[in-house]
Amino acid sequence: MPYNQNNNSPVGRGQRDGAKIFRDWFQELSDTAERGAGAAYVFVMGSFNEILKTFDFPVVFPEINSLQTAVRRVAAELLNDAEDYGYSPDICGYVKADVAVQLKGGAHPMGRIPKPSLAVLTNACNTYIKWAEIWERMYHIPIFTIDIPGTRAHGVQTWPGDAQFENDRRYVAEQIKELITLCEQVSGKKFDIDKFREVLRHANDMSRGWHQLLELNRKRPAVFNALTDGTIYLGVANGLRGTAAGAEFFKNVVQEMEYKSANDIGTLTEEKFRLFFVGVPCYPIFRRFNEFFTEWGGVFVHSTYLWFASGGTNLGFEYDLKNPIDSLAEGILINVRDAMDSMFHQQQAILSLADPFHVDGVVYHPIKSCRTVSTGLADGRRYVMEHRDIPTLFIESDLMDKRVVSEAQMKNRIDAFFEGLVSRQQLAEVV
Amino acid sequence: MSYAAGVDVGSTQTKAVIINEKKQIVVRALIDTGANVTAAAEKAFQLALASGGLGDEEVEYVIGTGYGRYKVTFGNKQVTEISCHGRGAVHIFPATRTVIDMGGQDSKAISVSPQGEIIDFCMNDKCAAGTGRFLGAAAHALEIPLDQLGPTALQAEKPVRISTTCTVFAESEVLSWLGKGKKVEEILLGVHQSIAARSIGLLRRVGIQEEITFTGGVAKNIGMIQALEAGMGKKINVSEESHFMGAIGAALFALDHIIASRKPSLKEVS
Repeated sequence: MPYNQNNNSPVGRGQRDGAKIFRDWFQELSDTAERGAGAAYVFVMGSFNEILKTFDFPVVFPEINSLQTAVRRVAAELLNDAEDYGYSPDICGYVKADVAVQLKGGAHPMGRIPKPSLAVLTNACNTYIKWAEIWERMYHIPIFTIDIPGTRAHGVQTWPGDAQFENDRRYVAEQIKELITLCEQVSGKKFDIDKFREVLRHANDMSRGWHQLLELNRKRPAVFNALTDGTIYLGVANGLRGTAAGAEFFKNVVQEMEYKSANDIGTLTEEKFRLFFVGVPCYPIFRRFNEFFTEWGGVFVHSTYLWFASGGTNLGFEYDLKNPIDSLAEGILINVRDAMDSMFHQQQAILSLADPFHVDGVVYHPIKSCRTVSTGLADGRRYVMEHRDIPTLFIESDLMDKRVVSEAQMKNRIDAFFEGLVSRQQLAEVV
Repeated sequence: MSYAAGVDVGSTQTKAVIINEKKQIVVRALIDTGANVTAAAEKAFQLALASGGLGDEEVEYVIGTGYGRYKVTFGNKQVTEISCHGRGAVHIFPATRTVIDMGGQDSKAISVSPQGEIIDFCMNDKCAAGTGRFLGAAAHALEIPLDQLGPTALQAEKPVRISTTCTVFAESEVLSWLGKGKKVEEILLGVHQSIAARSIGLLRRVGIQEEITFTGGVAKNIGMIQALEAGMGKKINVSEESHFMGAIGAALFALDHIIASRKPSLKEVS
């Protein structure tokens, strides 16, 4: 069915709404900074936005701020500033861009970032802990680290009802109660359990939508690009988790994608190859990076980034509103564990999704900035290739640092990968 | 008779090969790339045409490859040198399953199917150690012509250990060994073994399956051939055409296009 974007078609609504939500979010942060008020600083893997929104904290995700500086092409200057300040070229680019933004009084291309009044983090990334200590030194704020037990060994997960899981749940629930006490002290507000339930309800709506959205890309042609569109959805999934606006956004995006699916409207005009992305995008040349693939008719139909950078909410876990604290502990355990496993043990998931998502190839993109997310990718790739006849590409660059992004070398490898895919397709047609 | 051409514009040298419909090499040309990449591609191609007594119009399809492939402005299409070296190696040595290509600024390990399809590949990343440039730096420091590097290295009984992983620092390390009184051939053997070790590392990442074919300009170096064979404990194929392998692969892809364009379409058949 032909479509016309002028006759009330929902196509493109997610991108437009996402852009507006981002502008509004950063306007709120700028207003907070102008008032001299503080914000809660959190990270994408276990943000505890559900607790923080209950206390009406403006929430800052420094990871999202940093990637925005790369996409908006100001990261190079910020990285230099941080290195001049004393940070090594070899550490996380996200950290350095944030340090430079802090040193500039919160000046950011999307607005002004308020100072932190507290920071909440998990152990899902080892850098989180050292990063938060920087704010502690800079601003003398409380930092609260929640220890989330992960998968003890590859493929050995415990579930509600298992003795170990129930021990872990109690362990996390007690930490959440301590966090609530800290939030009461910092905000001067009493914890409102009814408001908390309302926040959880919105979070449930969003999780359901996020899960549905990812599943919709099984459709051929793919209804969205997991790399570019996916990054917009991720921003909303993190920043507006637990809000009515966030839940509404995902409801609308799901409707948009259902419409595209029903009308065979793909994200590419001519989809030739369906790809699975593993790792973190190359933000310094974000658009060009994607074009290297789309110029060959390649579209990313899925991505592990959408799993771990959403803190595991891709699973669609829904909280039990009758038992909110314990249920939040359960959800955090399952989601953050899945986020960590998506970084370290993604190979089984990729193999199981290759058929339902009609995947022609897998693209691994390790980055210099983050050894946590990159170290195991070579082994994961080898495992996938040993267990399935599927072409893979391994390209290394960075998520922030243009100095280690070599476009010509990257394009050469990507072109060779597609030449292989084309030749494979031609051979299959002959057979 | 129609002809197909491949022009491989590498970082150091530009190679042009013209083949006939029987996939036989009719003529080849080799020049230094220099600063003007477009001119180098044109010059190599014209040189090949002149050597073969051919006119432009007799070459039906041209494919550009190498880092300067998009500067082959007279070409019909571009194909990466990864695909071209794989295709060329399987054409010359049909049992090839693994290719090691060592060029001026990069080295690549390529795993290929019996049809010459690229299964996997791995390249040096952002560093020219393990490439021809590393040998060039050593040659410069020791004041030895490039074509004498291999034979000189093979005169050594015991190599020095080259520890640097950086081409820029290699020259100073070579000089420091000279200062310690080591013989030129001992230093050179160490250089060859160091490069071979890095290349074998690349090969292991794609999986070493026999037969192994060595391509690129450095394949002319007997010292490197022996260092690779000793490092892997396996024999490797080396052709007289190794330097032209990328251009040969490109010419073969060009010939595919010529043949495909002559096949009647399904519509015409029906």
